[in-house]
Amino acid sequence: MSKRVVVTGLGVVSPNGIGVPAFLEALWQGRSGIKFMPLYEELKFSCQVTGMPHFEWEQLKNYISEVTFYGLKGTNIGYGLVAALDAWKDAGNDFDTDEPRWETGCVFGNSTSDSEAMKNVITRVDNKEARKLGSRVVEQAMNSGVTSYIVGRLGLGNKVITNSAACATGTQAILMGYEYIKHGYAQRMLVGSCEHVDPYVFGAFDSMRVLSRKFNDQPEKASRPMSATAGGFVPGSGAGAFVLEDLDFALARGAKIYAEVLGGATNAGGQRNGGTMTAANPAGVIRCIEDALRLSNVKPEQIDLISGHLTATNADKYEIEFWAKALNRRGKDFPVTNSLKSMIGHCLSAAGSIESVASVLQIQHGFVHPTINLEDPNPEILEIADAEQLPVTAVKKDINIVAKANFGFGDVNSCLLFSKFEK
Amino acid sequence: MTRQDILDELKKVLAPYTTNKELLAGVNEQTDLLQDLKINSANLVDIIIDAESKYNIEIDYDAAEKMTNVGSCIDVIQERLQQQ
Repeated sequence: MSKRVVVTGLGVVSPNGIGVPAFLEALWQGRSGIKFMPLYEELKFSCQVTGMPHFEWEQLKNYISEVTFYGLKGTNIGYGLVAALDAWKDAGNDFDTDEPRWETGCVFGNSTSDSEAMKNVITRVDNKEARKLGSRVVEQAMNSGVTSYIVGRLGLGNKVITNSAACATGTQAILMGYEYIKHGYAQRMLVGSCEHVDPYVFGAFDSMRVLSRKFNDQPEKASRPMSATAGGFVPGSGAGAFVLEDLDFALARGAKIYAEVLGGATNAGGQRNGGTMTAANPAGVIRCIEDALRLSNVKPEQIDLISGHLTATNADKYEIEFWAKALNRRGKDFPVTNSLKSMIGHCLSAAGSIESVASVLQIQHGFVHPTINLEDPNPEILEIADAEQLPVTAVKKDINIVAKANFGFGDVNSCLLFSKFEK
Repeated sequence: MTRQDILDELKKVLAPYTTNKELLAGVNEQTDLLQDLKINSANLVDIIIDAESKYNIEIDYDAAEKMTNVGSCIDVIQERLQQQ
């Protein structure tokens, strides 16, 4: 019999709250974590707001040894460590171990290393001072830096993978961890993703003219998914993490269970038939959602909530249409849908994992978080989904099944199905 | 600069690379960096770079290889300081 996979630990570093209690409160309140950045004004960016976690770097000393802390500069790694280790602790586990934990692996994703921290490396090399770089650069420059730090702290000994699939990274990491457990390769997987949008990455997005630029004076209004005045996304930073376990393994150790991962799918649209480096092939997205449902044995009418990708660009209306086509549900029958990006911006590689933490919390606590800044919904979206299905304030509602999807540059897609856990 | 002066400063250089602060406080010339202070061998490079900047000296690769215990570190640093 195929194994069931459950969520037993959550960790989150979000622009609107660090740690599950603060994040949950922010979801209920619809609290924005978007702030104005004087530096971005100075740098002449068109978008001068961002979602940056209120992260105290020194707190990392509570998670890793002083020796490891000394010389750690990669912000993405710091976020990932805190989310992952919080999830691990939340699942009732200790950090220290003498022997490797052979039954537990890790899939953690990110986009790139911290290029702001790497600037120091470039400067030193250009100044012919490469010998002064020391031993700690490579481990933070490598894309697998974050997994290496997590795995080292916890002694994880099963599959260790660093994935990267642009905005689909987080959902894909969770899906990969789910698959390893389902197929019996691992009994437990620590999964998630992190992102630090430093000024260099931010500047590159800014130059693509895909960012919000008309709300620099009202940062909390700047991220407007599904709104008629949505004018681009707001980059965000952070991390989200899950402990996934084989159900029997979790039950045997008496773990608390947040939710079940029913399954999911990840694919690509091949950058054909409307798909490009930056736009999704409709057939790829629809197929990804359909595959996720089929592989999870979920029928379209069972979906209680869509946690959309919905970044606040003109792709939002296409995304809503893709969901409507894949599920064959429209108008008042369209599932209740929300976008966490309205509060925290688009956390790129971290988006999928932070939004998945939100999805599981909404199942656990029986509510739908609002999409803020949706006082003026896009009329084209309202032709597909009834306005009542796009709540602008938190709604108490029994949520059994959530569909969580993300779509990324490179025409990659990823969709997960979470459900309430029932024996 | 006496050997004791160098040792006092060297302790500060070593501090970020060992979690064993008690042992560090009581180091002597025989204390081994890897065996006793449990310093990660990769960090020896960082210790040399930090020592170079602290004493404003240059320690070449061959000399660096000799720096395995506190006494040999002091030897190398003292030698370089005298060359100046």
